[in-house]
This record gives sequence, C-alpha cells and structure tokens, in this order.
Amino acid sequence: MKKISSNRFSILIYSFIIIWVFLASFPFFWTFWGSFKVELDFFSISDWYNAVTGKNTFDTYNSQFTGAGYEGAWVQEEFWRSFVNSAIVCFFVVLTSLTIGTLGAYALSRSNYKYTFWLLITALIFRAMPPITLVAGYLPPFFEWNIWGILPTTIIVLVSINQPFTLWMLHSFFQNIPKELDESAKVDGCSQFQAFRHVIIPVMWPGVVTTGLFSFLLAYNDFAVTAMLLSDENRTMIPKIAAFLGTTYTEGNVMFAVAAVVSATVPLFILVMFFQKKIVSGLTQGAVKG
Amino acid sequence: MKHKTFFWFILPTFLAMLIFIFLPLISIFLQSIHTPHENVLMTVENCDPFGCKKVTSIDHDAINDLKKTEPLGKFVGLDIYFDRGHLAIENVKMLWKKDNNFFQFIKALSDLPFYKAIFFTLTFTFTVTPIMLVLGFLIALSVNTISKKLRGIIIFFSLLPMIVTPLIGSIILFWMIDSRGIIGNLIQWLLSDPDLSLKASTSLTWIMLIVYGVWHAIPFSFIVFYAGLQTVPKDQLESAKIDGANKFEEVIYIIIPHLMPLITFVALMQLMDNFRVFEPIVGFSAEAHATSLSWIIFNDLGGETRQLSAAATSSILTIIGVIILLSPVLLRTWKDFKFKK
Repeated sequence: MKKISSNRFSILIYSFIIIWVFLASFPFFWTFWGSFKVELDFFSISDWYNAVTGKNTFDTYNSQFTGAGYEGAWVQEEFWRSFVNSAIVCFFVVLTSLTIGTLGAYALSRSNYKYTFWLLITALIFRAMPPITLVAGYLPPFFEWNIWGILPTTIIVLVSINQPFTLWMLHSFFQNIPKELDESAKVDGCSQFQAFRHVIIPVMWPGVVTTGLFSFLLAYNDFAVTAMLLSDENRTMIPKIAAFLGTTYTEGNVMFAVAAVVSATVPLFILVMFFQKKIVSGLTQGAVKG
Repeated sequence: MKHKTFFWFILPTFLAMLIFIFLPLISIFLQSIHTPHENVLMTVENCDPFGCKKVTSIDHDAINDLKKTEPLGKFVGLDIYFDRGHLAIENVKMLWKKDNNFFQFIKALSDLPFYKAIFFTLTFTFTVTPIMLVLGFLIALSVNTISKKLRGIIIFFSLLPMIVTPLIGSIILFWMIDSRGIIGNLIQWLLSDPDLSLKASTSLTWIMLIVYGVWHAIPFSFIVFYAGLQTVPKDQLESAKIDGANKFEEVIYIIIPHLMPLITFVALMQLMDNFRVFEPIVGFSAEAHATSLSWIIFNDLGGETRQLSAAATSSILTIIGVIILLSPVLLRTWKDFKFKK
C-alpha cells in the first residue's frame, strides 16, 4: 500500500517538473523554430500546425526553412550595427564596473567605521530605485553639453547606476575572504594596494567573474536607459528591437523582428550554457549571506 | 583600514554614484517643483501710412532675461504633484464627495492616469510576489527529490525565463498569445470562441502581464530555495521521520522554518523588482489597459515633447514608493550592522 502511494507521489513530482521545464523553455524553441518561417506560418490564421511544418514557407521558398527574416534584420535593417554597439557597451560597462567596484567593495569590507555602514545603506537605496527615475535628471545637462546620444555617455551612466548592485555583490564575496590574509601580506611588507592586487584579487577571482556576469546582464538587458540616452544610429540591440516593433508591424516585416529577437537571445543562451554554475552561485550569494 | 587608504579605494565608485545618481536625484527634485518658462508675449503697435496695427510676438530678450535669473524655470512648489496627471487632489476631493460607495470611489479613481498606474503596479507587485514564492518553492522541493544527474539540465532550462531580456521575454510570449499565435489559438479553441483576443480586455491583459511576471520571476525563487534546501540539517529530517512525520509535516515544521530567512530575502527583492515593472507593458503593447509608474515616466520622457517636469515629479513619487517598500530591509540591515559591532 505504501509503495503505491510513493510511486504515485513521484509520478506527480516528475509531471510537475516536466510541466515547468516545458513552460520555461518551450517559448524559446517555438520562436527559434518559427524565425525560419514566413509570417503566414509563424502567425497562422488558418492552422497553427503550419508553423511546425512551414507549409507557406515551402510554397514561397521551396524549402521548409528560410533565412529571409535574418537577412532582412541583419542586412536590410542593419541590425549588425546594434549588435556591435551592444558588444561595445557591454564590454566597457563590465570592465569599468569591475575595476571601480572591486576597489570600492574591498575598502567597504575591510572597514568598520560608521561611514562604511552609511555608504552601504545609501547604495542599497540607490539599488532599489528604478533606473528610469533618474533619466529626467540626465537629459538637460546631456543636451546642454552635447553629449547626449553617444555610447561613452551611456556606458558611464550604466556603470554608475549598476555600481550599487556591483558593490553589494562584491562586498558579500569579499566578506568571505578572511582578513588575516591581508594582514599577513602587510606584515610581509605589502602596501594595502599591493595586498589587494597580489593577494586578494587572485583569491577573489571566481567572485569577480560572477559579478562580471551579472553586470554584463544588466548592461545587455537594459531597455529604459539605453532607449532614452542613445540616438537612433547608436542604438543597442534591445532599444533597436523595440523600434522594430513600431515600424515593422506597419511594413509587414514582422519576421525581421522575430529574427532580431532570436539573434539577441542566442548570446544569453550561450552564456547560461557556459556559466550556469556561476550564475547560480551569484543568485544565492546575496541570499545566503543575507 | 586607515581613513586615507579607504578614501582612495572608494573614490572612483563614490564619484560615479555622486555624479550619476545623487546629483540627478537633486536635479529631478528641482525639476519637479519648477515648470519651464512660458513665452513672454509683447504687443507692439506698428504704424505705417495705412494705419496702426497691433502685432503680438514673442519677446526673446525678456525670455533670455528670465532664463538668466531663474535658470530652472518658474517656481511652482508642489503644483505639479497635485495636478491632474499626478496626485490630482482636486479630482480626488470631488470624487470623494460624490461617491458614497467605497468601491465606486476606487473605480472612479482608477480613471485618473496616475492612480491607474499605481493600482496596476501594486496589483502586479502583490500578486506576482506570493505566486512566484509558492511555485518556486514547490519546484525546488520537487527537483530536490529527483536523481542528481537530471538536476543540472533542469536548472539550465529553468534559468532561461529569468536570464532573457525582459523586453524580449515579453515579446516572445506576446507573439504566442497573439490571436494568430499558438497559445492564442489554443485558448480560442478551448473556449470555442474564435474571436477571442486577449489584448482587447483589461482584465485579460492584467492576467497576461501577471502570468509573464510569474514566469520571469520563478527561476529566482526556485534557485535560491533549491540552494537553501541543500543546507537543511539531515539529522533533523531523520528524527522527524522516526517520530512518524509524513512528508507534508516535514515541510511545514522543518523545511519552511529553516528557509524563512531566504523566503523574506526573495520576497523583498521581488517586491522591489516587481514595483519597477515596465518592459512587459511595452512588449505586450498593453498601455491601453495597464500602465505602471515606470511606464508613465518613460512615456513623459519620450516623444517630441519630453515633459521633463512631469517625468521628474512621477520619478520622485516612485522613489518615495520604493523607500516605503524598502523600509523593512533598511531596518534589518541597520540591526545586522549593530549586531556585528
């Protein structure tokens, strides 16, 4: 009797997990598959099964798959420009965030004065504020000094608004490294900076990589700030896709948008594939440390 | 660490936050209590052989003078906070007098743009957060019972909804929910209503956005709780088993109390995240039925007009909301710090 109920229980558990995994991943596979079809298949009025078989795609291109959407997005609509812009923005945001973030977080984790606490609390409040609330403060000076719309401005802004997050994450990693390590380095004659550079950073490296991943995601996924601060020709991928939504619907080029969306998801997919463990440890880091 | 060393280490990040977070905050506060100068008009009498005509034109000198003396614009105090686009004090007073029924009052209030956004933001925040906590916890419990070999691949797929760009995630779901998309088709078939469109109804749009919010947020609670489950002390579980506790009792009396700090952590992070809900509204093109505080700011900032004062006022009100939501976390951090000393 007991055996049967535990069997039933595990069937219940497996089906629950299968449903979740299906819900989590199916939209991506569906859109990926559909991005190689024509609009009449992907948005099928007559029969949804057309999206699987690609009936209309076959009628048009004599093949079940077509790269027309990708060609339209990357070549005709010059999505590659946005891809390059995104790459530049992400690279410099991650590099700068980590450089100034590790310095700051290290100092915060090695100091017990009252102002340390107030700095951390301020950073926490800043971290909770939606970034879009600050944009009204950026626009007047940026227009005044003629630095609106260019990549360097956006990079500095993204670095700064993500700094509270970076600081908190790195801070909790640094807390795990025993202070005796710096002390012994200093006894051996290192200055504080040398101790930081040659002793702490090598030990910290996994934490730095994890934080780097998250600051990459913050820069890559940002829509509100980049959409407001970049001019049309300097757009990164996400605001460019949002712009596609407006224009391509009216021009009947929805498949360009579908192809662009899939193209922007692929790097994230690869990222999760290679750094799954790091992402999981980053997510739990703040939680376990409190 | 010495004060001086500390200063040099913290300087770059401090400057970045000072210039690009603190000063903009001051700036949006100042902008929220000023409006741009109106054009100064002057009337000049032009006389020519055919008679005199009065011409009204813009007095550029006067405007430049004004801009020099009051560069921020005209001081209006809290007027923008109370105008129709924000707290709409006059309208609220009127509605309060008119409607005796509380529900009617709320309903009338939700026609005002700012209150409409507040209602959606709060509904979204306080439905998505509990649902994602419960579902994430159940998934974590389930995954914890199955074979270790399978767990890695399940975690891989589970991470996708969270890692994907919020705008992209919502667009992908939106295309599927479209009346010509696969989910839209399925729902039409299930309800045998071929004209049903999820986009056309306010309540269905809200449900759609909440479903997206849960889908996007579940991985976070799942991963954190799953990591937490690995730390549940085994001996406690075993002694509970000996005492005759079933699985359900184990969860209620041992696992949940053990995970309580994590549950509060995830809940607070989610409250903050969901409060800033914005991208799904753009992705689902849902602005006709649902707006959020962040969306209002974005909308004011965009377009040709760029209503900075209005956006700044909404920003200040949003930040006040965030601080209210955040107050328990701030208190906790304060206690932690005191305890550490």
